[in-house]
Amino acid sequence: MISRREMLQLGLASSAALAGLGFGNLPRAFAQQALTQDQLLQFDDFGNLTLIHITDSHAHLKPVFFREPDTNIGVGEAKGRVPHVVGEAFQKMYGIQPGSPDAYAMTWPDFADLARTYGRMGGFDRIATVVKAIRAARPNSLLLDGGDTWHGSYTSLQTRGEDMVRVMNLLGSQAMTAHWEFTFGTERVQELIEMMDQPLLGANIFDVEWDEPAFEPSKIFETNGLRVGVVGQAFPYLPIANPSWMFPEYSFGIREERMQQVVDDLRAEGVDLVVCLSHNGFDVDHKMAGRVKGIDVILSGHTHDAVPEPVLVGETIIIASGSHGKFVSRVDLDVQGGKMMGFRHKLIPIFSDVIEPDAEMAGLIDEIRAPYEADLAEVIGKSEGLLYRRGNFNGSWDDLICDAMLSERDAEIALSPGVRWGASVLPGDITREDIHSVTSMTYGECYRTEMSGEMLKTVMEDVADNIFNEDPYYQQGGDMVRVGGLGYTIDPYAEIGNRISNMMLLKENAPIDPARNYVIAGWASVNEGTEGPQIWDVVEDYIRKQGTVATAPNNSITVTGD
Amino acid sequence: MKIDRREVLVVGAGAAALASLPLTAMAQDGAAEKTADELIAEFTGGAEVAEGDGVTLTAPEIAENGNTVPISVEAEGASEILVLAPGNPTPPVATFKFGELAGAHMASTRIRLAETQDVVAVAKLADGSFVRTSSNVKVTIGGCGG
Repeated sequence: MISRREMLQLGLASSAALAGLGFGNLPRAFAQQALTQDQLLQFDDFGNLTLIHITDSHAHLKPVFFREPDTNIGVGEAKGRVPHVVGEAFQKMYGIQPGSPDAYAMTWPDFADLARTYGRMGGFDRIATVVKAIRAARPNSLLLDGGDTWHGSYTSLQTRGEDMVRVMNLLGSQAMTAHWEFTFGTERVQELIEMMDQPLLGANIFDVEWDEPAFEPSKIFETNGLRVGVVGQAFPYLPIANPSWMFPEYSFGIREERMQQVVDDLRAEGVDLVVCLSHNGFDVDHKMAGRVKGIDVILSGHTHDAVPEPVLVGETIIIASGSHGKFVSRVDLDVQGGKMMGFRHKLIPIFSDVIEPDAEMAGLIDEIRAPYEADLAEVIGKSEGLLYRRGNFNGSWDDLICDAMLSERDAEIALSPGVRWGASVLPGDITREDIHSVTSMTYGECYRTEMSGEMLKTVMEDVADNIFNEDPYYQQGGDMVRVGGLGYTIDPYAEIGNRISNMMLLKENAPIDPARNYVIAGWASVNEGTEGPQIWDVVEDYIRKQGTVATAPNNSITVTGD
Repeated sequence: MKIDRREVLVVGAGAAALASLPLTAMAQDGAAEKTADELIAEFTGGAEVAEGDGVTLTAPEIAENGNTVPISVEAEGASEILVLAPGNPTPPVATFKFGELAGAHMASTRIRLAETQDVVAVAKLADGSFVRTSSNVKVTIGGCGG
């Protein structure tokens, strides 16, 4: 058995490839000249099996800008542990030079400047090039899709997920699991499954009525003389975090004992390796890895973390591969006598200006987008600053969306969901495609309602407990609800009921009165029959009226405690 | 007599003997609700109750629907398992009794939970000793999963 130290070194050796380049703030042309496709793909083949992981692309077919979080607070055991390390601390932890390609890809500092230097990331035509190159070197690779693939863009909403099924079929995905996929509704999910060349695996998807398994839990792949068991784990809290009325037939949950049983069944079948293709989120996977015995590799999705080295928990490695198509993970494994003896890993950054697009995939993407190209490209207005979302609290995109709701829906307070998806926009033009990247969904109605101050506090406490609960099994993986017109103080480390204080109605500079009713605008309600205009239309109307939008830094949220 | 599938499932699980629901009886008494501790003391006859090993309670971490939360209890060789929801207005949920010929000492059902709480299971084992376990089930008003 290989020692833990050796395993770590193997991981580090390849991860270090890019970090050492240190381009600093060179002009774009020079920086790109220095970066080559060969460098990005460089990998010393290792062992006898390769896993390729892609997850949480949120249907972004074309390359994007995506700023990683500046705030990602870990509570309990997760405090100070990846992925709850951001910015300069993250750079220091992994030996990444400020201003380097890795710093741009994985951290937030100087994002807009570095984005101009290094360009967009992702794009499924570039991903196809990378996948084909890995397969050329390693014909027996397994390509696994962690889900949140069908949702999140203008084209995926228009085609109701079909665009992504076509793309993943062409890419040669061999299995997937799911989360937002289910928000197209049970009937559509079943239709799309018919079109898929790969199974949708979900050990934790059960039939509501009988509490019996509703999807295939796992699949055994035979490759290179090995039998590899892949278990799917769908997002556990779909019926709570998303509208359960859209998929009333299904129940989810973490179901740890079920995971153990499926792993045990695979081991009893005599598989050489057990891989969990998970949409649990990183902290949940970390806890599960320590409790469920017999999983060799967890390919972790949902919380969008780009982690440049595998995280070891006992004898399980956890691989997190980022989001929005920015990264593809390659994991080479040495599997002998039913045991994982070692690994080599690389989180491959998809620099779209460096990696040559694959012509076949580019053709399919062009075909998918052609009917919508004029709508997608239309410039709605301009932004003075960088628009981004990702982070525990309001990003500038959220501030803009909340401003739009306050203004267009004549509300005192705006609530916007703390989802982790949505691409960033550099200062300059905002297109319709950009707006849909941060708003696209099947329940985007922007409602207007009244809520008491007391209820508002309860809602915020509840959402905060879904993020900052000390026990990861009680976390749902979203970020804090975004607010407009409202200021508050939060202590993430407190107990439910005591985290939120100093709630203020900003326009009156007055404390929120528990007994008073406030006019609230919001979107993405999980309740059936929610009425209102679609959020992307609300945002578009607002930006059009403004012409140029300027979002001031948001100083109305104070984080305390540690 | 019509046997629905859920009943058959319980039968299959070997919990056929009795799944008494003390809820109605309690309500008829009109007396003040007993606390979880009082109910456990009544069940054990005041005997000592060990924590943990010997009884398993499986419940979701977060309820998808607080009105119908699937739970199951299992205790090897147990003659009875008491299930309580101390956070409910009426804490007693069920007492499952297993006969000598029961194939598995396991039962599953669905319960209603008024609020986030620790659901409790106490089993009377074959040797007459008692063990208890609990599981925290959160009843949430919803979040926004990213």
